[in-house]
Amino acid sequence: MDLEDLIALAEAEQRDRAEIEVRVCTAAGCLSSGSRPVVSALERALADRGLTPRVRLREVGCMRLCCEGPLVAMDVLETVSSPEPSLYGKVTAGQASVLVDVIDNKQATTEGLQPIDSNGPFFSRQRSVVLEHCGLVEPERIESSIALGAYRSLHRALHDLNPAEVVELVTRSGLRGRGGAGYPTGLKWATVAKMPPGQKYVVCNADEGDPGAFMDRSILESDPHRVLEGMAIAAHAIGADQGYIYVRGEYPIAISRLDTAIRQSKRLGLLGSAIFDSTFNFRVDLRIGAGAFVCGEETALIHSIEGLRGTPRPRPPYPAESGLWGHPTLINNVETYANIPVILREGADWFTQIGTEHSKGTKVFALAGKIRRAGIVEVPMGVPLRDIVDQIGGGPPEGSTVKAVQTGGPSGGCIPAELLDTPVDYESLKALGSIMGSGGMVVMDQDDDMVGVARYFMKFCMDESCGKCVPCRAGTVQMYRLLDRIECGDATNDDLVLLEELCDLVQHASLCGLGQSAPNPVLSTLRFFRHEYESRFVEPTGPRSSSVSSEAR
Amino acid sequence: MAVKTLSLDGQLISARDGQTLLEAARESGVSIPTLCHLDGLDPVGACRLCLVEVNGRLMPSCLTRVAEEMEVWTQTERLQRYRKQIVELLFAERNHICSVCVANGNCELQDLAMRLGVDHLRYAPQEPQCEVDLSHERYGLDHNRCVLCTRCVRVCDEIEGAHTWDVAGRGTNCRVITDLHQPWGSASTCTSCGKCVMACPTGALFHRGASVSENVHDRETLHALILAREEKQWLV
Ligand SMILES: Cc1cc2nc3c(=O)[nH]c(=O)nc-3n(C[C@H](O)[C@H](O)[C@H](O)COP(=O)(O)O)c2cc1C
Ligand code: SF4
Ligand code: SF4
Ligand code: SF4
Ligand code: FES
Repeated sequence: MDLEDLIALAEAEQRDRAEIEVRVCTAAGCLSSGSRPVVSALERALADRGLTPRVRLREVGCMRLCCEGPLVAMDVLETVSSPEPSLYGKVTAGQASVLVDVIDNKQATTEGLQPIDSNGPFFSRQRSVVLEHCGLVEPERIESSIALGAYRSLHRALHDLNPAEVVELVTRSGLRGRGGAGYPTGLKWATVAKMPPGQKYVVCNADEGDPGAFMDRSILESDPHRVLEGMAIAAHAIGADQGYIYVRGEYPIAISRLDTAIRQSKRLGLLGSAIFDSTFNFRVDLRIGAGAFVCGEETALIHSIEGLRGTPRPRPPYPAESGLWGHPTLINNVETYANIPVILREGADWFTQIGTEHSKGTKVFALAGKIRRAGIVEVPMGVPLRDIVDQIGGGPPEGSTVKAVQTGGPSGGCIPAELLDTPVDYESLKALGSIMGSGGMVVMDQDDDMVGVARYFMKFCMDESCGKCVPCRAGTVQMYRLLDRIECGDATNDDLVLLEELCDLVQHASLCGLGQSAPNPVLSTLRFFRHEYESRFVEPTGPRSSSVSSEAR
Repeated sequence: MAVKTLSLDGQLISARDGQTLLEAARESGVSIPTLCHLDGLDPVGACRLCLVEVNGRLMPSCLTRVAEEMEVWTQTERLQRYRKQIVELLFAERNHICSVCVANGNCELQDLAMRLGVDHLRYAPQEPQCEVDLSHERYGLDHNRCVLCTRCVRVCDEIEGAHTWDVAGRGTNCRVITDLHQPWGSASTCTSCGKCVMACPTGALFHRGASVSENVHDRETLHALILAREEKQWLV
């Protein structure tokens, strides 16, 4: 395939557009709220009315407002008069005929349908870069991705730029890793590129084990070709010809769509050998993780791909120097790779205009918890947390007030309501003892008990510790027990002293990031909600207060 | 051979290129506590007892190679506190009852506790249900005493070449296992060479039917074997 073939394919797909297109979200969120029967019912209703050629049904990925799923969108070509383009939420199979009435312009009352304002703040306040095609492309049809420009950037990387220029472009864009630590992506690429030529690997970290996080899953399920394209560009830039996507086994839809995507791009010569008639070969294989959180840690992930027990090893040497089977290996997160095609397309300068001085671009968050509008949101770095919570998320439900926002999952922390004007960028969140993390964001209200939150995350870390090093393996157990005692009101101030001492040990002496960040939820709740701990001591205040929420007010 | 100059606890020392900080420190007469480390086995940096401060950062000395102008501190107040905490955590993790242990008086964990001044535990004992495997005709395994240092795993894999041992489970539920979690006695890969017993720092692996005084971990034989394999030096 060459560029002309690619463009021809895109044009054919564009020409093929129907007057009216109905998009149904078939990403995991909507599937679980029942979008599969909606698809079938719509298919039947359209066929029964003989609308099938004029109206096309498309199964797409995440349309973001997951809490209102199943979501159905209706697009109308400009040349057709009415009906209006629209978006509906909580659609049931039974409503298929009403929807088709609307499509058919049959004076239908939209009764029972729940229209969603697609110009409302949930959508208008977002900035789509990584997710620009999520919910638009059909993840199981490569033509639909190509119609929106997929693989153009790869072509450019192969034919208009040399590998060093690609690395340079990524470096200039200021892109930082979206997997949690925010390591500069260009620097990582440059390091692997500079290793002596020979076998090198590209790995996509799609393990996403943090509770509350589902951003990477949405990207993989909704726009898999974008991740493949990003990986291929990376492989070319650093001199690799083999890639692995390490996906957790709990993501069966992502796995099957990736599998389909890989097969389809191989068939078109966009992966495999002599890509775009160049000398570049790139093969991608899937590796399925068995659901151990620690396997998201890069050295554990490498061991797991090698077929060994997924335990971390001390770094250095970093994977960039010695990774899979001892060869230089580039490991990036799903969202990091998904940023690459657009950076090549729009240029580094365009990218640096989004975000803040040290955090460029956008960040995808999975917004959940005590919030009216939950789902996937993408915002420019630097927007205040308050904008995400109040405007995009619509604030807490009736009758509750926001108490804190938890970011970064078990490695992160809780940011109290007073500090919601904090901009979301790597440095600001870190300064508050939290982290950007991979993008889980859980809103908590007055009924949420911060000691309980800390205990929840500590249990997670305790259960997920790989068991290799003593501070993490044995320390998290003791921390969990102390938190449990404090929560039950069986503890004294001495227990808190012991807990803080353990935080110090586990944070500084653990071998890998899991242990090193496990104390963060405790430290951050202690920093901002210490009274919730102290109010439960058996001594010296005597009987403990019966309710935390009343105490916290 | 290239030599590196670095400072160790405020003293300038020179070390051979490629040496670890642990080796360099030992050569200079500075002893750093270790548990998972055993000369001749691949270091894993798991017990974290050998952490030292290198230019302000904590690094496992068993794995960190010497470099020019490193400033290394091995006995700071903070490191001593961490080491003590780690040993306490280990004692609280399993059922270490020295008075009835076959390794009493010949145990590295016990030595560490004495050396670091661990005279009582501040952490609640976990009191896990641990089994004893007496299925092997010559040796026994008592999980109550295991500290998961993986020396048995490595010695059996790297020196004996049998790879009978491995670790199963996660977190505090980790257990050393033989073959695919078969009783040791039915582990067909075991050659009954006894190297794992020699390598074990505690009373977790022991000779069956031997008394406390007979259950000496024969580290000398093990080191002689390793030397013979790796450096082709045969001590008679
Ligand atoms: C315990 C642990 C779990 C992790 N899980 C993930 C994960 O699920 N996905 C991910 O991309 N990175 C995860 N990371 C971070 C990776 O180790 C690594 O830094 C990242 O994949 C690098 O990609 P980036 O530079 O694009 O962010 C985890 C790290 C730790 C310590
Ligand atoms: S910190 Fe925890 S997860 Fe990481 S190596 Fe140590 S025991 Fe394993
Ligand atoms: S006796 Fe030898 S072969 Fe058997 S488990 Fe121990 S080290 Fe391995
Ligand atoms: S049995 Fe002994 S050598 Fe093996 S891991 Fe346990 S303590 Fe270490
Ligand atoms: S001896 Fe270095 S970590 Fe155990």
